[in-house]
This record gives sequence, structure tokens and C-alpha cells, in this order.
Amino acid sequence: MKPPGKQKGDGKGKVPRQRSPRDGPQLTGGELDRRLAAAWALPPGFIGWLSSVDHKDIGRRYIITALAFLALAGALAMIMRLQLARPGNDLVSAQRYDEIFTMHGTTMMFLFGVPVMQGMQIYLTPLMIGTRAMAFPRLTAFSYWMYLGGGALLWVAFVLNIAPDVGWFAYPPLSGPQYGVGKRVDIWAQMITFTEVAGLAVAVTLTATVLKQRAPGMTLARMPLFVWSTLVTSLMVIFALPSVALASSLLLSDRLVGTHFYNPAERGDALLWQHLFWFFGHPEVYIIFLPATGFVSEIVATFSRRSVFAYPIVVLSLAGTGILAFGLWVHHMFATGLPRVGYSFFTGASMAVSVPTGLQLYCWIATIWVGRVRMQVPMLYVVAFVITFVIGGLSGVMIAAVPLDLQLHDTYFIVAHFHYVLIGGAVFPLLGAITYWFPKVTGRMMSDTLGKLSFWMIFLGFQLAFFPMHIAGLMGMPRRVYTYPGGMGLEIPNLLSSVGGGVVALAILLFLLNLIVSLRSGAAAGPNPWGAPTLEWATPSPPPRYNFAHLPVVASLTPLWDSPDRLLVAQGLRVDERELLLTSVIDAVPDIREPSAEPSPWPFIAAAATSVAFIASIFSPWGLLFGTIPAAIALIAWFWPKTPPRVEEPVIT
Amino acid sequence: MKPKAAILAAALVALGACNTFQNALGGEGADGAHFVSLFWVFVAVCAVMYAAIVGSFLLGLWRARRPRAPLTVDEGKHQEEPAIAGRLLAAWAILIAVGLTILTVASFFTDRSNAKSGEHPQLLVNVTGNQWWWDVQYSSGDVSKSFRTANELHLPVGVPVEVKLQSNDVIHSFWVPNLAGKQDLIPGRVTDIQLLARKTGLFRGQCAEFCGVQHAHMALDVTVESLENFRKWVTLQQRAAFAPQSPVELAGYRFFTARNCSACHAITGSPASATIGPDLTHFASRQSIAAGTLPMSAANVQAWIADPQRQKPGSNMPKVGLTPDELRALTAFMERLK
Amino acid sequence: MTAPPIFEQDLSDLPTHAFSHRSLTWWGVVGFMVIEGTAFGLVAAAYFFLMSHEAEWAPRPWIPPNLVAGTLFTLLILLSEIPNTMIKRAAEAYDLGAVRGLLPLIVAIGFVLLVIRGFEFNSLNVMWYDNAYGSIIWALLLLHTTHIGTDWADSVVLWLLMRTAHGESPRRMVDTDENSLYWRFVWLAWIPIYLLIYWVPRLFR
Repeated sequence: MKPPGKQKGDGKGKVPRQRSPRDGPQLTGGELDRRLAAAWALPPGFIGWLSSVDHKDIGRRYIITALAFLALAGALAMIMRLQLARPGNDLVSAQRYDEIFTMHGTTMMFLFGVPVMQGMQIYLTPLMIGTRAMAFPRLTAFSYWMYLGGGALLWVAFVLNIAPDVGWFAYPPLSGPQYGVGKRVDIWAQMITFTEVAGLAVAVTLTATVLKQRAPGMTLARMPLFVWSTLVTSLMVIFALPSVALASSLLLSDRLVGTHFYNPAERGDALLWQHLFWFFGHPEVYIIFLPATGFVSEIVATFSRRSVFAYPIVVLSLAGTGILAFGLWVHHMFATGLPRVGYSFFTGASMAVSVPTGLQLYCWIATIWVGRVRMQVPMLYVVAFVITFVIGGLSGVMIAAVPLDLQLHDTYFIVAHFHYVLIGGAVFPLLGAITYWFPKVTGRMMSDTLGKLSFWMIFLGFQLAFFPMHIAGLMGMPRRVYTYPGGMGLEIPNLLSSVGGGVVALAILLFLLNLIVSLRSGAAAGPNPWGAPTLEWATPSPPPRYNFAHLPVVASLTPLWDSPDRLLVAQGLRVDERELLLTSVIDAVPDIREPSAEPSPWPFIAAAATSVAFIASIFSPWGLLFGTIPAAIALIAWFWPKTPPRVEEPVIT
Repeated sequence: MKPKAAILAAALVALGACNTFQNALGGEGADGAHFVSLFWVFVAVCAVMYAAIVGSFLLGLWRARRPRAPLTVDEGKHQEEPAIAGRLLAAWAILIAVGLTILTVASFFTDRSNAKSGEHPQLLVNVTGNQWWWDVQYSSGDVSKSFRTANELHLPVGVPVEVKLQSNDVIHSFWVPNLAGKQDLIPGRVTDIQLLARKTGLFRGQCAEFCGVQHAHMALDVTVESLENFRKWVTLQQRAAFAPQSPVELAGYRFFTARNCSACHAITGSPASATIGPDLTHFASRQSIAAGTLPMSAANVQAWIADPQRQKPGSNMPKVGLTPDELRALTAFMERLK
Repeated sequence: MTAPPIFEQDLSDLPTHAFSHRSLTWWGVVGFMVIEGTAFGLVAAAYFFLMSHEAEWAPRPWIPPNLVAGTLFTLLILLSEIPNTMIKRAAEAYDLGAVRGLLPLIVAIGFVLLVIRGFEFNSLNVMWYDNAYGSIIWALLLLHTTHIGTDWADSVVLWLLMRTAHGESPRRMVDTDENSLYWRFVWLAWIPIYLLIYWVPRLFR
């Protein structure tokens, strides 16, 4: 058998005889587009739609699904705000309220926060690093169907009135077999399994994509900051999500097969859950927040018309936050009565994590100071982000201090704090990012008028909804109460919060309306409407299925600013087959031409089979065992190479 | 917008200050007072930080609309960075580090003084969390002087008290914000919290860890009183229950001991001695019914007994199904359990 | 970007596959090894957390697991690295004959290991529902068994694949190489688990 391993470099000076057509000066323009479109086409019909492994389809599906969950969980938030608008209200029952706040938190964290960020990363990363597809396109497709399955499980349960009711944190023993009777908690815990499988699959795929598929010349030091944030969060997902997956598996086994991990009566410990859960739960916040800082960096650069100040500092801040985030989990457990000595360490670590974030803030501010700022809607969201998020960050510094946390923990002060962090720190940048990249995705601009209106409503409505919660918390209002007595000074803060919540809800609806209206009738965008510097703007809007006709070559951090008229490209990839380029990890030197997976229905089938196994296991442990068989068959079909075997062509003849 | 927000905040604080009994800014306990001081230190430092960040950001935005010497792609200088900005970055990093160090040190010393204020407790109270009420036991070396109450805590002012915390079911959290921070009650563990009340008054505590459907109605009335009044209260609590006198009270008493009530509740001096539900020996002396669900009054006692599930849905106390006469008799008896 | 692009590099000469970190799937395999390694680490942390509450481990009256099956398993899985290395080298040398010859041996070893694993479950001297000690011991063994099972199924599929015409594609050699890499992870992960299940409960009595 031929040893085809050592061809690289041997080809110098020889004229390669190409059996299959390649892109290049001899094949460019319309003809190239036609051939690539054929190679990267989707099969027709519904099956074709199910089979898509295009990162743009999958990313879009992730984002749309996550926005639908945002709307659902937001509607639940409005029911809670109506219930709490006045003391002693009986709009919803105590039991229903518990289900609602559990669904709200679970949906926002597991079905909106992480997936929407991963959806943005899936859509944008290959475009920003100049490649044709994700590293493992079918795994990416599989992850989406798993995510959808988990979301459907939770919400169908809600409709069937068997929704979980023990909070998004599901502390045992309340969630254990003795007190969490019925199937409510099992559904919650299995939903975790679904979303963790999806999240981990995406993280591995993104990591491999970022490390191996960057355009030639895009060294690590020329990677857009959003891509850096993608890399850091993907690595965080890889280390954090196994913890919650393990925690929920142990909980399920306590509930279903009678293990005693969390049962103090049989040598277990309820606090084991809290350690495992928060070892995941705290990094989780940064997994949602760091991509948002990536959005901010891209938007600030484009709208200041210069690179973000002190790029290495921003990168180090991202990495530093990612590492420190794993040393903070105990600050969620200060009230459990652990030894006081350990607390000081976690206080210090919790405070220290604000240093990298503070440095990033400085870099953005410095960029603006030396730039020329255009105040368009994405930039407005950056302004809202700074004004809002910094309040959340500083209240975070407060609750890092043990004596303060012991009072503020589990009160509405915390509710205010993390909404300032997550809405101010992640949702505002996300809305800015959606406005920013909408023209790339759809080819049309979003309406400026509707955009500004919804911006001001959401920004001001947010402050009205959440600032008073600080006061309510200090006035002794605990979290997760379905009602509160009158005469405690809680009436006015709660009423203001409810009114503000209504404004935010209207603003979000207006934003979604803007998406739909602009999709139909927005102004044509062109490839680069904002005059941005990164590669995704080098291809038409919306991008073709193959992303780039010729793979771009990068010589700087801001390729479109540095060669504004003519793009540098590479030639020589096959156009009759799906092929992409692997480059070296650090310096992005071209290394291998890699085939990329064809569309396939098997990821969908595998996800469906896995879903059946997971859901069956709620009802019987045998469900998991027997459910594995069809899932395994689907996986084998998925990985089996296509027939006939791909023609490997000798490059040297 | 910002001044408006400040006025709004001030107005909210003023309104909120109406509540003096469940307020983290009350500071009537030693730890509570430490919290208040530390809280304002943090607010001050954080306000300076906020002003610095948001101020320089907004100033930068305002200035960058007509920049004097911009370094942008339009000038071909989008990669250039002024040296001064690098030095300011270092200064900013130092400023953050100093600010955080001040806060960490302040936090550390507050934590230490919190630990000290609980030293040498002179009174021990055992509090056990249940879904959804507090079982309170004042123990004494002399068993006949130990007694039990529920959802109510009396503390002598100026006396360090140790509260030992346990849970019978799920995780709860003991929190009387005016006196101190919170401490979880975790099944399988014994935790404790030290209270040192500095002022007399009526305060309210509430379970702070979600513990199931009636987490909202798991309050604890706390009375801080002079040592003299505290001793009077203790003497009262140590007594056996009021003996029924009038026929209607007797009917109520018989009903209590013969029917469902005594399956869960205890009244000292009567055959009823179950400990599943709250001890009712001096029920009527308490300030509220069912862990803060209703204020104590004859009408509320009757309403509660008539249908607990209406007042506190999901509560472990069932609706017994009483005739109006039975209800009246039982209420008449319960009312006298001072 | 309407102007014609500048062709700066030609990629035609690049190879279409390579071993180790130059391979894309290698990164996927490593990614999942890291995830699973983290999970093993966390189970071990939970093990020590539960153990820290106990004066004795295994808590009396439970006795530590019997050593025979587990030790036999450990010896065999360590020895399995010899054919594993052979097949890895054969793959890297594009020796299809050797790969086709060795894969059945790997599959057979995996099968024997699964059988011994069954005896291991029978020698733990505690059931998962007895107490938290039993629960965590079973969790460790079960978690590792899923890895043995997965890799065994993977090897069976690879064996079948290599017997078809697909086996002649050099990319399949990369797959074989990475299957061997994953097997190394499976037996390396076993060593600390073996100590946790069989030896720690002996040493802390």
C-alpha cells in the first residue's frame, strides 16, 4: 500500500496534475460559485432540511429556538411580576408559582443563556476565521436536536402540569426521592443531561474549529476577540458542564434506583450536591458573560473605527476570568456553615475576578477615547451594557464579602445583582450583536427607528424593574416567595419592578417584531454595511453555503481594513467535494486539506433515539440500557463513511 | 437620567425604612450592626469605582464624537496606541487592586468581629426547621425548666445567645436580618449562629432557603426584651397550659385531645404530646399563627382551624372538617392558651 | 470586495490526512477525553468528600471488595496495551494487513474484560442501595464500564469497517490510530479507579 503521509514539501517545483477541479485564477467568479454551490448544496425537501450540517443553518436554529425560549421564560417572568405586584396576591397558587420560577430560571440558564451564545458562536466562528464549515458538522447538528429535545421535554412537562418545582438549583433533599415526589424533578434532571450533551458537543466542535481551521496567516495573535472569547468559553464548558451532568445523574440515581449520594440518613450528604452544582454554576455565568464581552469588543472596534486597545490585555483578561471562575463556587455556600478559614480564600478569589473584567472595561473605554465613535444601535447597547453591567459587577464585589453575603444571600438583592450581570452583561450585548450581525445573516438592515425605540424601552424599563429589587432585598424580602405580607415597605419596590418588567416585556416584543419586519422589508445591506474589519464581512450577505469562494489569507488583526480593496486569498481546494483547510494551531500555517461531512439525517435520528432513551430512563432504568441500542445503531450509520469511498487523489504523480 | 435615578433610589430607601422589623439595615444585633457599617463602606468605595468607570466612559463617548487626534482606520492609524493609555492602564489596575484590597481587609476584620461577638454564649436555644415552621426549644439543665414553643423566639437584650440549628426535612435558612446574617439548617448536620441583640424590639425572621411550596410562609417572630421581661416570659412558658374552665372551653379541650389535633400537637399538662406539629401549650401568647401566616386574633384562629389549606395551601395541617359548634368551642379553648 | 482577489497561496500540494494533533478528529477525541477525565476527577472528588465524613472507610460492617476479579481485570487491561501499541504502530505505517489481523484480538480482549467486569460487580461486597459508600463505589465502576463498553463497540465497528473496501483509505488508518489513543485513556483512567475501589477501602479501616 502506498505511504501517502509524506508529500508535504516534496511538491516544490513540480506541476501537480489535478484530477479534480480546484479553485484559483483559472476557476473563479460565477463558475466557481456554481460548482461550490453544487458541492455544498442541501438535499431538497424536509429531509434535506433535517439533514443540514451547515453551521449557518444550525446556528440560526439555535438562536431562533433560544429566542423563543427567552420569550416563553419572559412570559413566565411577567406572571411572577403580576403575582408580586401587590402583597397577598392570589393570581397564581403557591405550587404554580414554584413551577413558574423554576421554569423561568431553568429555561433562562439552560435553554436560553448558554444555547443562544453557542448559537452565535456556531454561526459566526467559521465566518470570522475564514473556513467553510465547523470541525464536526454532524456533531453540531446532533447537538441542536439534543438541545431541542431537552427544551421540548421541559416545556411539554409544563403543559402537562408535571413541571419541576424545586428551583433551577434543585437542592436535595427537597429534590430528593423523599420530598420531590412524582416525576417533576426527574424531568428537570434529565433536561440537564440533554442540554449538557448538546453544550459539550458544541464546545468540543468549536474548540477544534478555532484551533485547526483558521485562515492561513490568522495566528492566535490575529484572532478576533470574539473568537478568543469563543475559545475560552468552550474550554470552560468542557471543564464545567461535566460537574452538573454528574450532579444530576447522581440525583436521578438517588431518585430512581435508590442510591444515597445526597441522603444524610445513609451516609450521604446534601452539600455534595451544592459543591458539584456550583462548581458548574459559577463558571456557567461566565460561559454566558464572556461571549458577550466578545460581542462588545467587536462592536466597539467597528463603531470606533479602530482596533480594541491593548489586545493582549483583553485576551489575558478573558483567559484569567475563565480560570478564576473555577475558584469561586463556595461563595454560593457561605451560609451553609463551612469552616470560616476557607471563606477568606473564596472572598479573595471572588474579588480578584473583578480585576480582569475591570481591565477589559478600561480597554474598551480607551478604544473609544482614541476612536471616532458612531452612535448606532449596536453601540447604544454597548453603552447600556457598561452603565448596567458595572452596577451588577460592583454588587457582585459586595456579596463576595462574607459578612455582606450572609445578609444579602437568597434575598431580592441577589435577584437584582444577577439580573444586572446577566441582562446588563449578556443580554444587552446580545441584542447589540443581533442588530450588528443581522445584516450578515439576512442581507438586510434592521430598522433603526424600531431599534432605537426598543433600545430605550428595554434600557429604562430594565432599571425600573431591577433597581428596586436591591431595596426589596435589604428590606428583608427573600427570593422564591410566591407572596409577601403588606406593611413591610415592599409594596412600592415590587410595584415598580412589575411596571418596569412590563416595559421590558414590551421592548423585547418590539425587538422581535423588528427582526420580523426587517427580515421582510429591511434595506439591503451589502457585504460590509458597518465598515467592519473582520473576515465575516468579506463574503456576501447572507453568506453562501460554502462561506467563501476562495479561502481568505490573513496578514493582520484587521484584514478588511488593511487590504480594503482586494482580499488576499488562497487557491487549490477541491470544488467537486466538500473540502476545507486545516492549519497549524499557533501560527495557522496551511497543513491539510480535510474533507467535510455531507448533509445527513443520521444526526437527527441519533438525537431522536438518544432522546427516547433519556426520557424512557426517567420511568425505568432499563430504558437507558435498551434505549442505547437504537442510539448506537444511529451513531454507527452516522459515522460510517459514505459509499463508494471518497477518491483519494495522489497530489504528486 | 442619573440624578433622577438617585432621587428615585433615595425615595425608595425612605419608603423602605418604614419597615423596622425585617430590615438588613436595621442593625439592632451585633452582627447586624457590623453588616450596616461594612455595607456603607462597600457602597462608598463601589460608588467611587462606578463614577470613575462610567464617568470616563461617557466622557470618552462625548469627546469621541469630534475627536481631536483620532487614531482610526480613516487615518490609517487603527493599530496605534498612545503611550499614555498604557500608563493609565497600569494606574487603573493598581487602583482596582487597592480598592479591592481595602474591601477585602474590611470584610476580613468584620468577619472576625462577627466571630468574636458570639463568644461565651450565656443562653442556648435549639431551633429545628420543619416544612414550614420553626420548632424552638429552650433547654435547661433542669428538664422541668426546659420548654418548647414554635415560630417565636424571645431573646434578652445584651446577652450573647447561641442558636443551634437542625432540620427535620429539607434545607431551611435561619435569618433575622435586624440581628444577624443567615445560617442554613441542613439535614444531617448541626449548625449554629450567635445572636447578640443590642436593642429591644419586635423583629421578624424568615426562612431564606427555598424549602417547598410554603417557603413564603415560614416566618419567625423575634422579641428582644429586657432580661427582666425575658425571665417573666420564660416563667410563663415553663408553666403547664391553661386549664379549661367554661363549658365551651371544656368542649374545645375535649375535642382537642380526643380528635385529630392531638395526633400532631402537644399541650403540656394534657394527654396531647405529639411533636409532629408545633407545640401549642402557650399558643395564644404568640404573635402570629402558622409561622407568620396570620396575625394572632380570635377571628384568625377560627379561620385557620376551619381551613388551613385556604390560608396556607400545601401546609401539612389538614382541614379537619368541623361543625360550627366544634369550631367555636375549639377556638374558645385555643384562645385561652396564653 | 468586487475587485478580483489576490491569489497569495496555493493549497493544492497539501496532504489530505495526517496523524496525531495534525488530524482534526484527534482534537475531537482529545476533547472528549478531557470531558470524561473531568467527570472521573469529579467522581473521585465526590468519593473523597463522602469519605471525609467517615471514621472508617469502608464503613463497618461493610467489608472492602474482594481483590481477585478487579486485579485480574487490571492485569489484563495493562497487558492489552501491547497489542494496542502494535496496532497503533501498524496504522501509522499504513500496514493494513497487520491492522486487519490485530483488530480481532483487540475486540476479543475487550470482550474478556467485559466478562471479568461482570464478576467485579459481584465482588464489591456492597450494593449501591446500601449506603453512600456503596453508591459511590458502584458509580465509579459503572462509569468506567460505560467506557469499556463504548470503546469495545467502537472497536467492533472499526474491525468491520476495516474489512470492507473503506479500510483501504489511508484516512481509516487515522481512525485506527485514534481508537488506540482512546484505549490508552480508558486503561489509564482505570488505574486510579482501581485504587479507589479496591485499595482505599482497605487502607482506611
